[in-house]
Amino acid sequence: MKIGVVTFPGSLDDGDARRAVRLAGGTDVALWHADADLHGVDAVVLPGGFSYGDYLRCGAIARFAPVMQSIVLAARAGLPVLGICNGFQILCEAHLLPGALVRNAHLHFRTRDQRLRLLSTKSAWTSEFVEDQELVVPVKNGEGRYVADEQTLDLLEAEGRVVARYLGGNPNGSMRDIAAIRNEAGNVVGMMPHPEHAVEQLTGPSTDGLGFFASVLAGAGVGS
Amino acid sequence: MTRVVVDVMLKPEILDPQGQAVADALPRLGVSGIESVRVGKRIEIEFSGAPDLDQAREIADRLLANPVIEDYTVRVEEPAA
Repeated sequence: MKIGVVTFPGSLDDGDARRAVRLAGGTDVALWHADADLHGVDAVVLPGGFSYGDYLRCGAIARFAPVMQSIVLAARAGLPVLGICNGFQILCEAHLLPGALVRNAHLHFRTRDQRLRLLSTKSAWTSEFVEDQELVVPVKNGEGRYVADEQTLDLLEAEGRVVARYLGGNPNGSMRDIAAIRNEAGNVVGMMPHPEHAVEQLTGPSTDGLGFFASVLAGAGVGS
Repeated sequence: MTRVVVDVMLKPEILDPQGQAVADALPRLGVSGIESVRVGKRIEIEFSGAPDLDQAREIADRLLANPVIEDYTVRVEEPAA
């Protein structure tokens, strides 16, 4: 199974995301922001970083990149897409997910190993987890506070679309402790924590991040 | 050449920690009596000919502001006398 990882000018975690794909048993494909061709990939990861320098708003300019035009169309047709950190911001700017990510309430960039409660296994990226499973995945963001109006938040909760919540302290002031959400169909997931940094005991706080990549591979009949 | 100015502000209900930090710094300047400060963006668009306000509004709505969290105003800037 081929999983594409997009590199925008200013992406930082594209290398780690591609490595995570390989460790999970998938084939990684480098996608380029200026190339609208998705090269036949079966899923896409939008990695963390500071696309286009975070100018204007995080993700605001990346949304109009040629590759995003193809990804938006493909996502609407069911292609699994995972947005991590800056990728989550891009998915919100592209209206593939509701709400927005804004400046952390305490104004500090926060980097730490973060406990999470995995709430929804009904997505292409979380099917291999157990509901209510506790995970430890690093967060590192300055603009990770998820906001949406009350009606949207209620809808997300009612439809089981809150994929993960922060445990043991909210790192950014995110509404209702939301760390990750999914779209209605479950193929698009956005998350602030970085699963690609939790794929090996040597370098990560856990290997919990592998589950996200293993899930999308399992959905295609690859791996466990 | 005409200039169109777009002002972008976080919606009133969205917490603006940056504005709060500025407000918190004011007493250090000896300033008091400030209720609150909010920080926004001013964007200047130069049209080569007559300003197209509809186009400016579209630019504001699709790119300059995120209507989920921000309000914006679009106006033509009158040249200084």
